[in-house]
Amino acid sequence: MGVLQPAAQEKTGKIKNSRTSDTVMEFIMYVIAAVFLLILIYPLFFIVIASFSDPSAVAGGQVWLFPKGFTLDGYKELLRHDNIWTGYRNTILYTVIGTVIGLAVNISAAYALSRKDLTGRKYISLYFIFTMFFNGGLIPTFLTIRDFQLYDTFLVMVLPFSVGVYNIIVARTFFQTSIPGDLWEAAQIDGCGNLRYFARVVLPLSKAIVAVLGLWIAVGYWNSYFNALIYLKNPDMYPLQLILRNILITNQMQSGMGTGEAAQIALRLANMMRYSVIIVATVPIMCVYPFVQKYFNQGVMIGAVKE
Amino acid sequence: MKSGHRRPGRTWGQIKRNWGLYALLFPAAVLTLLFAYKPMYGVLIAFKDYSPALGITDSPWAGFKYFEKFFHSYQFSSTIKNTLIISVYSLITFPIPVMLALMVNQMRPNRFRRFFQTVSYMPHFISTVVMVGLMMILLSPSTGLVGNLYSLFGKEAPDLMGSAGWFSSVYVWSDVWQHVGWDSIIFIAALSAVDPSLYEAATVDGASRWHKVRYIDIPMLMPTAITLLILRVGGLLGVGFEKVYLMQNDLNATSSEILSTYVYKIGLLSSQYSFSSAINLFNTVINFILLIMVNQISKKLSENSLW
Repeated sequence: MGVLQPAAQEKTGKIKNSRTSDTVMEFIMYVIAAVFLLILIYPLFFIVIASFSDPSAVAGGQVWLFPKGFTLDGYKELLRHDNIWTGYRNTILYTVIGTVIGLAVNISAAYALSRKDLTGRKYISLYFIFTMFFNGGLIPTFLTIRDFQLYDTFLVMVLPFSVGVYNIIVARTFFQTSIPGDLWEAAQIDGCGNLRYFARVVLPLSKAIVAVLGLWIAVGYWNSYFNALIYLKNPDMYPLQLILRNILITNQMQSGMGTGEAAQIALRLANMMRYSVIIVATVPIMCVYPFVQKYFNQGVMIGAVKE
Repeated sequence: MKSGHRRPGRTWGQIKRNWGLYALLFPAAVLTLLFAYKPMYGVLIAFKDYSPALGITDSPWAGFKYFEKFFHSYQFSSTIKNTLIISVYSLITFPIPVMLALMVNQMRPNRFRRFFQTVSYMPHFISTVVMVGLMMILLSPSTGLVGNLYSLFGKEAPDLMGSAGWFSSVYVWSDVWQHVGWDSIIFIAALSAVDPSLYEAATVDGASRWHKVRYIDIPMLMPTAITLLILRVGGLLGVGFEKVYLMQNDLNATSSEILSTYVYKIGLLSSQYSFSSAINLFNTVINFILLIMVNQISKKLSENSLW
C-alpha cells in the first residue's frame, strides 16, 4: 500500500532574479515580516515574563524583557484552587471524547460523500450544507436539548454539536483528490466491501486529514465555553474555560473581600494568578499543534483549496 | 459521465450495493436531524406565545407580535447599528490575510519562513476567554502594557476596554492579531497550486517580482478570496457571541450590545423565549438574503459562486 501514499511534493524554488528592484522589494518585505513577528510575539512573551515577576514591578512598568523580582507565587496560588483542577480534568475528558466522536462522525460522512457512485450525493450534501446557513437559533436549540434530557449532562458537551459541515467539506475534498478511484475497483474485485475498504485502505492513507481535523476539533473543545455556559448547571462539570472566565474576566476572586491589608494581599495574589492561569491554560494546546503542523500542507491545503 | 434517464432498478441496485456508504453517513445524518433540523421546527415559537407547559405545537399563535415588539423597542436601532459597525469593520480587514499570504509566498522556503508561519498561526490557538483576559491585562491603562508604554512617553493611556468609542476597533484589531496567520493558510495553499512554469515564463519575459505578484499571484487568489468573501458577507449580521459577550462591561455598553448578545439576554437570562427567537429569526433571515444577493452578484461579475 505504501506505494500509493499521496506524494507530498515540495514546490521547487523559484528562479532567482538579481535585479535591484527585486532586492529592494525583498528587503522591505523582510523588514515588514520582522515587525509583524514582533507584534505577534511580544504580547505573548510579556505574559510569560510577567507571570514570573513581582506584580508591583509589572504594574509599575519595569518588566520589559526579563522577569523582575522573580517569583513563583502566581503558580503557587494557582495550585490551591481546586476548581481549576476539576476544570482541567473536565476539559480533558470533553476534549478527548468529543474529538473521538467528532472524528468518527465527520470523517466517515465525508468519505461517503466523496464517492461519485453514492446515489443522491447532491441532495445529501445539500442536507448538510443547508445547516451552515440556516439554523433554529439559540432558544429552539436550547429547548431541543432540554426535551432530549441532555441539559446538564456529560453527553451535551460531546455529542449534539459534533457534526461540523465545514470539516466534512474539507475532508471530502481531501478524499476526492488523494484517494485514487482505481483503488476501490481493485478492492471490489477482491471482494472487499465498502466498510472494510474504508477501514483498511482509506483510513491508513488519510493520516494527514485525520490529524488536521483532529486538531481542529480538539482545539474547539479545549477552548469552548459557550455550550458549558448555556447547557451546564453543575459547577463540578464546568470546563476549564468557564472557570477561567470567572478568574480572568468577571473577577469573582476579588468580589466580597473586605478592605485592609488582607484584602490587599488577596488582590495581589489574584492579579498574579491571572498571568499564570493564562500560561497554564494555553500551553497544553500550543504544545500539540507543532506536531500536527507538518500535515497542514497535505491536509488543509489539498482539502480547502480545490473545493 | 453518461447523461439520460437512470432506470429506477439500477438506482436501487446501486444503493443496495453501496449500503456501507449509507451506514457511514448515518451517524452524521441523524445528529444533524436531531440537533440542526429539529430546532428549525422550534423557530415557530417566534410566531407564538410560547409557554413551556403547552409546548411548541400547542402554544397559541401570536402572529408578528414579537417582531413588531422588537422593531419598536428602543434597542432595535442600536443593536443593529452596533452589529453592522462591527461586521462591516471586520469585513474591511479581509484583505490583510491575503496580503500576508502573498508575502509568505515571496519568502524563500527556509527556516525563517517556517518560523514565521509557525508563530503567525500560534495566537489562533488561544481561547476566546484567555484572549479577552489577555486584552484586559495588556490594554489596562493603569497596569497594562499599553499603560506602561504610554507612561514611558509621559502620556495618559486611553481606557481601551472601558470606552464605547474604542469598542469596535479593539474588537476588530484584536481579531486580526489573533487570526491573520491562520486565515492566510488557505491563500498560501492556493498560491502553492500555481504552476511554476508560469513564473519561469514571466522571468523570461523580464517580469520583476512585483509584476509576478500583480499578474500571476493576485489573479490566482481571486476565486478563493471571492468564495470566502461571499461567506463572510452572508454572515454580516452574525457577529460572534462569544468574544463580544466577554468584552462587554458597563462602560462600553452603548456600543457593545449586538444582536446575538441581546438574543441571549432576552432569551436565557430573562426567559422571554418567543421574543428572543423572533430577534434571532430576523437576524438569520437577513443573513440568508444577504448571502443569496452577494452570491448572485458575484455570479454575474466573476462567475464565482457558492452554488
